[in-house]
Amino acid sequence: MNTVDYDLVIIGGGPAGLTAGIYASRARLNVLMLEKLVPGGQIIVTDWIENYPGFPKGLPGADLVEKFIEQAKGFGLKIETGEVVSLDLSGPVKKIALEKTTITARAVVIATGASPKKLGADKEENFLGRGISTCATCDAPFFKDGVVAAVGGGDTAVQESLYLTKFVKKVYLIHRRDQLRAARILQERAFSNNRIEFIWNSVVTGFDGLFNLEKVSVQNVKTGETQQLDVEGCFVWVGIQPNTRLVGNALKLDDAGFIAVNARMETSAPGVFAAGDVRSTPLRQVATAVGDGAIAATSAAHYIESL
Amino acid sequence: MSKAKEVNDSNFEAEVLKSDKPVLVDFWAPWCGPCKAIAPAIDELAAEYGGQIKITKCNVDENSATPGKYGIKAIPTLLFFKGGDLVDQLRGLVAKNKIDESLKKLL
Repeated sequence: MNTVDYDLVIIGGGPAGLTAGIYASRARLNVLMLEKLVPGGQIIVTDWIENYPGFPKGLPGADLVEKFIEQAKGFGLKIETGEVVSLDLSGPVKKIALEKTTITARAVVIATGASPKKLGADKEENFLGRGISTCATCDAPFFKDGVVAAVGGGDTAVQESLYLTKFVKKVYLIHRRDQLRAARILQERAFSNNRIEFIWNSVVTGFDGLFNLEKVSVQNVKTGETQQLDVEGCFVWVGIQPNTRLVGNALKLDDAGFIAVNARMETSAPGVFAAGDVRSTPLRQVATAVGDGAIAATSAAHYIESL
Repeated sequence: MSKAKEVNDSNFEAEVLKSDKPVLVDFWAPWCGPCKAIAPAIDELAAEYGGQIKITKCNVDENSATPGKYGIKAIPTLLFFKGGDLVDQLRGLVAKNKIDESLKKLL
């Protein structure tokens, strides 16, 4: 058999990648986890996770990540910071090109997650970090007693808007439909919170301000009417897009661009597995990502044994 | 290992604006997950650049004048100063090598 640097390389260090790392290192595979920024993924910016079992009072996302990392390191998982530049997944030896070096592995778990979508509204780029944010836990205190907008209608948008109300005097929650998609318990909390004003059937078309954000332009999609809201901040939670740039056409994707897998987390390429938010799945939660990671690592171990 | 030095509203002028070396200021707060996440990289860079660039951090929870002056509305925000002038900035969670690139430009 050809020599390789690792049995398994896991790309991405969120809950799916870290769990795959825990299972793979506990199975005594020679495994490396690569993370381009810092381990944790999207939950680093989640203020409170209350539906992950084992923590009945809930906990900050950053604290949960710390526990995952501690557990993974306890089994000896090797974690390196590095951005993957390109991937060759076609042969029995997978090639993972980093900026300065290329490493080889028999199997790969892709756990690159997903990123928040942008609105595509006018001047959005100008005000990123100058009022536009996707991290309420980081940035809400800068808008203390102020007025902000939030965009979206899913779990994240509603939960984080509720968090914002601890700081600001008003949140305009702008949603393109006439009802929320968020879990019922979150909807109930939002409807009973008098600091949240809903702006239904509406989309954000543009941003304005001298230096920092001052105004958000909103258009009603039913009537076509537009209005400007005076806000200091705008928090954008309109869904996610899969981080699949590296994969290109090498793997089968679903219609929305997420990686297609079977129940064993096997992708269309032998020896390549996908786990967590990057894969085609009906639910994207910490609880589902860790399940994916466990299955992907176990499937990878079986695959490596069978070679 | 040398770590990033804490600066505040009262010593910002002396430590940053009047520094004879270029300065990086990491605006952070204890409530901010991404800030915690990049803190180890900032400390590592403080050790690596020891004598050449002053690496500092400013807690926005305890200091409001300085972040206000620079219009900071999001953290982590990294500001890079040379000769008292703001010459570069990075906003949000960024990789260590991106910070390193910006630091190299200060030398």
